[in-house]
Amino acid sequence: MTQILMPALSPTMTEGKLARWLKKEGDAIKAGDVIAEIETDKATMEVEAVDEGTLTRILVPEGTDAVSVNTPIAELNGGAGASEKAPAQREAAAPLPKGEDHGAVAARGQDKKEGAASVPAQPAAAAPEKDWGPTRTMTVREALRDAMAAEMRRDPDVFLMGEEVAQYQGAYKISQGLLEEFGPRRVIDTPITEHGFTGMAVGAAFTGLKPIVEFMTFNFSMQAIDHIINSAAKTLYMSGGQLGCPIVFRGPNGAAARVAAQHSQEYASWYAHVPGLKVIAPWSAADAKGLLRAAIRDPNPVIFLENEILYGQSFEVPVDEDFILPIGKAKVERAGTDVTIVSFSIMVGLAMQAAEALAGMGISAEVVNLRTIRPLDIETVARSVKKTNRLVIVEEGWPFAGISAEVAMQVLEHAFDDLDAPPVRVCGEDVPMPYAANLEKLALPRLEQVVDAAKRVTYR
Amino acid sequence: MAEAATRKPRGKGAAAPAMGRDQLLRAYRDMLLIRRFEEKAGQLYGMGLIGGFCHLYIGQEAVVVGLQLCLKDGDQVITSYRDHGHMLATGMEARGVMAELTGRIGGYSKGKGGSMHMFSREKGFFGGHGIVGAQVALGAGLGFANWYRQNDNVSVTYFGEGASNQGQVYESFNLAALMKLPVIFVIENNKYAMGTSLDRASASKDLSKNGAPWGIPGEQVNGMDVTAVKEAGERAVAHCRAGNGPYLLEMKTYRYRGHSMSDPAKYRTREEVQKMREQNDCIETARKLLMDAHGVTEAELKVIDDEVKAIVQDSADFAQTSPEPDESELYTDILIEAR
Repeated sequence: MTQILMPALSPTMTEGKLARWLKKEGDAIKAGDVIAEIETDKATMEVEAVDEGTLTRILVPEGTDAVSVNTPIAELNGGAGASEKAPAQREAAAPLPKGEDHGAVAARGQDKKEGAASVPAQPAAAAPEKDWGPTRTMTVREALRDAMAAEMRRDPDVFLMGEEVAQYQGAYKISQGLLEEFGPRRVIDTPITEHGFTGMAVGAAFTGLKPIVEFMTFNFSMQAIDHIINSAAKTLYMSGGQLGCPIVFRGPNGAAARVAAQHSQEYASWYAHVPGLKVIAPWSAADAKGLLRAAIRDPNPVIFLENEILYGQSFEVPVDEDFILPIGKAKVERAGTDVTIVSFSIMVGLAMQAAEALAGMGISAEVVNLRTIRPLDIETVARSVKKTNRLVIVEEGWPFAGISAEVAMQVLEHAFDDLDAPPVRVCGEDVPMPYAANLEKLALPRLEQVVDAAKRVTYR
Repeated sequence: MAEAATRKPRGKGAAAPAMGRDQLLRAYRDMLLIRRFEEKAGQLYGMGLIGGFCHLYIGQEAVVVGLQLCLKDGDQVITSYRDHGHMLATGMEARGVMAELTGRIGGYSKGKGGSMHMFSREKGFFGGHGIVGAQVALGAGLGFANWYRQNDNVSVTYFGEGASNQGQVYESFNLAALMKLPVIFVIENNKYAMGTSLDRASASKDLSKNGAPWGIPGEQVNGMDVTAVKEAGERAVAHCRAGNGPYLLEMKTYRYRGHSMSDPAKYRTREEVQKMREQNDCIETARKLLMDAHGVTEAELKVIDDEVKAIVQDSADFAQTSPEPDESELYTDILIEAR
């Protein structure tokens, strides 16, 4: 004898109405026959028989409301096809402990976070960054190209794909000379089809290839964001660790000059929101070279946010052929004692100018260049705040739910007692980027705003 | 447009010689395994042991089983969220699939993916993707990887006729045709995208022609007949392995169950479903062919039925006894630790 149980027919159904029996006691039933109709929380559903046999007894008459899922509703006398034991009776008595599990997990998550928050109470000295020896001056553009070329020489699975990366030599000339050196199989011009080629690159990465996908600007990555997040970032987790996605998405991010709202957005906060992604935003040419090499070697999907205005700026870069930087380490670009200014990408330059101006006013500012947004190096930030007790964050992007909000919150979590003033952020204005030159200037963080913010938190 | 000429569906009668006895027996067994597995999954869902969305493949078995017979080691398969049949066809274990459905550690994704998200690098199965149409661009990427590595493997990229309206499908057609990637695009046309029939969703009625602007040859195939599927699959695979670029197969098929477990399927009549089941069922067709044309006996088929039943029962038992993932699994597999 097999019991037929009240089935769950939607993800949320816990009980339902047994609306109608379509079979009566004594009827022969075969698999697939509709035996009853049930009203769930969403719809009226037909219940099909799974087993064969004769319906010997109806236990719940039609018209009964609020029948709980897994309640026996009828009995079936096993026919020839019902030799297997129905698992129904075994499991009905053992409901899954769903609610308790969620509670336990939530509590555990909290524990973990607090555990991870244990930054030393005393400001410990930062481990000094490795000294790579002699340097030479190069632009961010050259640094990015050299990084890609070096990694492509090192690993035949690395290739570059994007619009105008090959024959045109890059819309911003970042891939200059790469087609000549590596050929058309490894430096690939795509049609204007971000959704398609991003998905294709992610699929290739699932097989172990290591694509570098260039977006002509990150504004266009929105066409492809489903593949970046749903396909690239989540698959490792959803596959229980089987299917990694070693891929780099790179290109200019944020405002350039006078290209208005659709071409001027800053995406650090968007991508940093997502577990499963790493997000890097270099400032100097050394950052660009060392971190792009690390990003290409990283077995995870990495968002690499460049800046068009920085492409032509020059910095000192180690000449050592093995030069590489670690992902997830911020850099103190300028030491100071009175206020910490945290920033990333092009805004580090603004922070450095502000620090110079503040020095003239007798305020010693320490500038922290985050370099990596996710994972965030909160230890370096907190260490600085424990020293200066004041925090200003400078970010080109919009303020709402931005990186500065995240940095401020994490400083509260890690160094609340060390703050002598509420943190202040200087962000892009909360408006779409205007085209008019005067308005555009007003929409972006300005030197005087950073200086004012530092004065506010130091009560000057 | 001569290259993209479209063939009409083949009748059941025309198919007989394409598969030998042993291959047809294998196909029968694999289709039956999927059918019984899905029936069991539906039962476990009804008991609350499987949660969330659960999309059953019942009715469409001939498509994946027929095509899998055309593949070799190193070929890749990718599909949408209606993926249980594809996984079993690639040889993934019933236990691991069922245990994933119940969210247990013994599942292919340690219980963290569920019905729609399973993978097996070993069997060349690259998911299991929950976003309609996303697997088409990803599947083009699998084909790209074969092109990049210069091997002769092919990527079989399945999607429904509903997904065929997504823009990225055509971006992928263009890329694959432009680069001559070895991708077999397989449209599983089961007539209904959830509750919307093809007539109401697509201005293009013959989907096998949807690759024509890019010069992708296409065929309409009777997806309820495993022999016809296998024949068409051989043509598609030969085309791709020879470096001629992508190929498009429109499989005319039918799902007997709702879109997902919570779909009452009011958009079609009971009679329509019954008619397909009684007149076109892929398993019944194969069974009849085995007995009539190949002299296979009831007793021989019973052995297969029993073997399949045992595998499915074992998978259901395993899926209920395998423990839930340890709580520590919440924080694993988010990123790969750098080497």
